[in-house]
Amino acid sequence: MKETADSITQSRRNFLKTAGCLTIGFSFSCQPLSASEKPPWQDSLPGSLRQQPQINAWLEVLDDGRIRIFTGKLELGQGIRTAIAQVAAEELDMDLNKVEVHLAETGRTPHEGYTAGSGSIENSAMAVRYAAAAARQKLLELAANRWDKPADQLNVANGKVQQKTGAEQFTFAQLLNGKQLEDDVRLPVALKPKSDYRWVGKPIPRTDIERMARGEPVYVQDLRFPGMVHARVVRPLAQGAKLRSFDVAALKKTVPGVLKTVINGNFLGILATEEYEAVQSQLFAREQARWETAKPLPDEKKLAEYIKKIPAKTRTVKESGDLKTIQQQEGSLLKASYFKPYHMHGSIGPSCAVALYQENKLHIWTHSQGVYPLREALKEMLGLETDAIHVVGVPGSGCYGHNGADDVAADAALLAMAYPGKHVRLQWSRDDEHGWEPYGSAMRMEAEARLDRSGKITHWRYDLWTDSHSTRPGGEPGNLLVARSIEKPFSAPSGGYSGGGYRNSEPYYTIPNLKVDAHFFEGPLRVSALRSLGAYANVFAIESFMDELAEKAGKDPLEFRLAHLDDERAMAVVKKLQELTRSEKMAANEGIGFAFSRYKNVATYCAVAARVFVDTKTCTVQVRKMWSVIDAGEVINPDGLKNQTEGGMIQSASWTLKEQVTFGREHVSSRDWRSYPIFRFSDIPEVEVVIIDRPTEKPLGAGEAAQGPTAAALTNAIYRACGKRIRDLPINLEVRGETRE
Amino acid sequence: MKARLVIEVNRKPYPVEVDPNTPLLYVLRNNLQLNGPKYGCGLEQCGACMVLLDGKATPSCLLPVGTIKKQSIVTLEGLTQPNGSLSPVQRAFVEQQAAQCGYCLNGMVISATALLAENKQPDDIAIRQGMERVLCRCGTQSRIIRAIRQAAKEANP
Ligand code: FES
Ligand code: FES
Repeated sequence: MKETADSITQSRRNFLKTAGCLTIGFSFSCQPLSASEKPPWQDSLPGSLRQQPQINAWLEVLDDGRIRIFTGKLELGQGIRTAIAQVAAEELDMDLNKVEVHLAETGRTPHEGYTAGSGSIENSAMAVRYAAAAARQKLLELAANRWDKPADQLNVANGKVQQKTGAEQFTFAQLLNGKQLEDDVRLPVALKPKSDYRWVGKPIPRTDIERMARGEPVYVQDLRFPGMVHARVVRPLAQGAKLRSFDVAALKKTVPGVLKTVINGNFLGILATEEYEAVQSQLFAREQARWETAKPLPDEKKLAEYIKKIPAKTRTVKESGDLKTIQQQEGSLLKASYFKPYHMHGSIGPSCAVALYQENKLHIWTHSQGVYPLREALKEMLGLETDAIHVVGVPGSGCYGHNGADDVAADAALLAMAYPGKHVRLQWSRDDEHGWEPYGSAMRMEAEARLDRSGKITHWRYDLWTDSHSTRPGGEPGNLLVARSIEKPFSAPSGGYSGGGYRNSEPYYTIPNLKVDAHFFEGPLRVSALRSLGAYANVFAIESFMDELAEKAGKDPLEFRLAHLDDERAMAVVKKLQELTRSEKMAANEGIGFAFSRYKNVATYCAVAARVFVDTKTCTVQVRKMWSVIDAGEVINPDGLKNQTEGGMIQSASWTLKEQVTFGREHVSSRDWRSYPIFRFSDIPEVEVVIIDRPTEKPLGAGEAAQGPTAAALTNAIYRACGKRIRDLPINLEVRGETRE
Repeated sequence: MKARLVIEVNRKPYPVEVDPNTPLLYVLRNNLQLNGPKYGCGLEQCGACMVLLDGKATPSCLLPVGTIKKQSIVTLEGLTQPNGSLSPVQRAFVEQQAAQCGYCLNGMVISATALLAENKQPDDIAIRQGMERVLCRCGTQSRIIRAIRQAAKEANP
C-alpha cells in the first residue's frame, strides 16, 4: 500500500497521528518528471491552507514594516523557521531579516496538528507561500485603488508598494490602516516565477545558530519567570507499579527547602525553591518511596522470538500477482529474517516544561510537537475547558519524534494546578527520560523471494511484526504517561496509528508476484513515533535482502537494483551513487555496501553507501565514510537538507551499530549513556551528501529519508568486509557473537 | 546550609548565597542566569554542561560550587568579546552551520576552545579525542569537526 497524499492528510486529519520528526520536506504522491513550470498541485490550496484559508491566520503586517508569519509547526532543529521565512520573503519581495516567524501557540497560530512526518514544508511552508503571494496581490490591489492606477504599474519591495514611475510609495501598514488582511486565499494565486527567486533554493544560513553559539536563551529549558519554582518527579521502580508509601515529613526534614509534595494516585512530584533542592528531593524520594510492582517483563534476550509469539492483528499491506507459484523448481528461492530492537529518542536535553495555573487558567510552555493536540489531551485529563488552557511551543533539545515532551508538560500541569500562582519549571532527569520516554518499537521482518534464471525477482513475500508507531496524545489523555497513574487513571488506548509499522514495507521495485503482511502486537514497552517509524526497519530488511538476492543472482548490487526499478528519479539517485563511489579502493578488511529507498514510497529518493572497516581481532566495526544521494524535489534550503541528511545518516548509523533498549524483569535497564551508548566522536565517519535538485517538482519530505538505507548500507558493507551477514541489530552485539537465541 | 561564596565567572567576581554542595551548573543557570551550560545528564556523561575551569573543559553538573576556590570559570557567554564579536570557535560553528537543535553546542564550543588552546593544529585523531566526552544526538559531529578545522586554520593560517 502506498501512502498517498490523500491517505496521509486524511489520517492526519482524522487521528492527528503521524510521526517522525526532523524534516523540512513534503509527502505528496508520486509526480512524473515534468518540464512544466506550473506547480502540479495548483488546482487546490496547499497544505494547511485548506483548513485555514484566511491570509491573516498566516501573516500579519507590523507597523515597523516587518511581517510576522504564523506557523503551527515547531522548530525542532530542522531549520523550519528559516525555510518558512525564505518562502514568505520571496513572495513578498522582502529582506529576510524583515520577516519574523512565530512558532506554534494555541489561540495564536494555525492549528497544524503535529510537527511530524516530513510535513512542515508541505503543510506549513506551502500555506505560507500561498498566503504571502495572496497578500502581495491584495496589497497591490489596495495601492492601485488608492492611486487609481493599474496594478501592473506598481512594484512591491521591502514592505512597501511603489509606483514604477515615481517616488510615491505606501508602506504595507499605511495601506492597511491598522487593519490586517482578512480575506481568504483564493485560487488562482499568482506565485513568483522560480527564475526570479532570491531566497528560495539558496543555502541561507539559519540565524538561530548564532544565538545558540552566544548562549542566548533559545530553549524551553532556558525560560525563567519571576518567582519560578523548581520541580522534579519521582517515577516508580517498574512500569505500572503502585505507590505504597512515601514519608512526606521525612523528606521535609532532609530537604527543608521543599515547598510541596504532590501525591496524586501513583504520581509523586516535589516542588522546591532551589533547583538543587528539587534534585536532592528526587534522589531522597527514589530511595524512600515504596512501590508495589506489577506484572514482570519478558526476557529481553528472547525478544526477537517473543514479539512473533504475542497475539497479533494481521493486515495485508499489498498483494499482487500470484504467490502460490513461489514453490517451484525454476530458479532459486531465498529466505531470511531480520530483527530490530527497541530504540530510544535519547534527546541530549531531557524533556522540560514550565506551567502556571493562575486565575483559573493554565499556561504551559512546552517543546511538544503538537500544541493543539496536547491541549485536547490535557483538557480531558484535568477536566478543564479548552479555553482555560494556553499552550506555547518553545524549542527544546532535538526530539526525532514523540519523546517525553508531552509527558513532562502533563506532569508540570498537574504540579502547577496543585501549586497555583507560581510558574513551575519541571526538568526531567536523565534517568526519567531514558526510562520513561516512549521508544521506537522492536520489529521483526521475514522475507522470502524467488529469482528466475536470468536473475530477476519473480516472487516476493514479506511479513513484519510491529507494535504501534504513534501514541501521541492527540486528544487521548491515556497517551500521557502521568494520566495512567493518577487517582482517576485513564487507560492507554490500544492500537495507535498502526500505519507507521508498515511504512516502506512494500519494496519500491517491480516484482510481479508479491505479498506483504503486517502483524501488529502490543509489546512489553511503551512505544511511539521515532524518526521514520517502521521505514527504518523495513528498509533495513528489504535492502539487506536485496543484497543477498543480488549475490545469489551473481549481480552487482547496484545493477541488480537498477534492473528492478522503473522510476527514472529512483534510477538517477542510484546511478549518481554508483558514479560517486566507483573509484573507491578497499583496503584489507574493508567493504562498501549500498542501499536505496524512496521514503514512504511517495516522498524523497535516497541512496546511501557506507564504507566500513572490520577489525576481526577485536571484533569491532569502524565506519569510515558514508555517502548519500538525495532527490527531495524542489529544495527550499540546500544546506538545511544536507545538514539533516548528514545528521540522519550519523544517527541511523548509531542506532544500527550500537543501540538497543535493554530491560530486566521489572523495568528498562538502559538508564543513562553508559547503559545506552550512542555514537561518540571516535565513531563518526566522514559523510558526503549530494543533492539532485529538481526545482520544478514538488518539495518532498526529506528529514527521515536516510534512516533506513543507512542501516542496510552498513550491514551490506560489513558482509563485503568480512563475510558476515548481520540480520539482527545492533551490529556490534552481533559482530561480537553475542547472538540472541 | 547556605553559605556566602564568591566565584569568578567570565572574568568578574560574583557573590552567591548557596548551599556549597550545589553543583556549579545550577548556580550558573539559576543564580547567574546564564544559558550557555546546559543540563543533559547530571552524570558527567554527555558534556552538555561544560565550562572552562582555568581553561580546561570541565563538566559542571556534579562539581560542588563550594570546592571551587580561586579557579576562573568561563562559560559560553564569556567566549564572546566585550564588543560582542564572536570568538574564532563560535564564529566557525556559525559559519559551518554546525548545529541542528543546537542543545549540545555549549559543550562542543567549550571543548573545542579548550582543545585548540592546548593543541593549535590538532589532527583528526586529536580532534576526536578532544571532543569524545560531548554527545550530539542530531548527528552534527561531521560539521562540528569541520568547524574545529576552520577555527584552527584561522588561528594559525
Ligand atoms: S550534564 Fe554534565 S555531563 Fe551531562
Ligand atoms: S545539534 Fe542537537 S544534540 Fe547536537
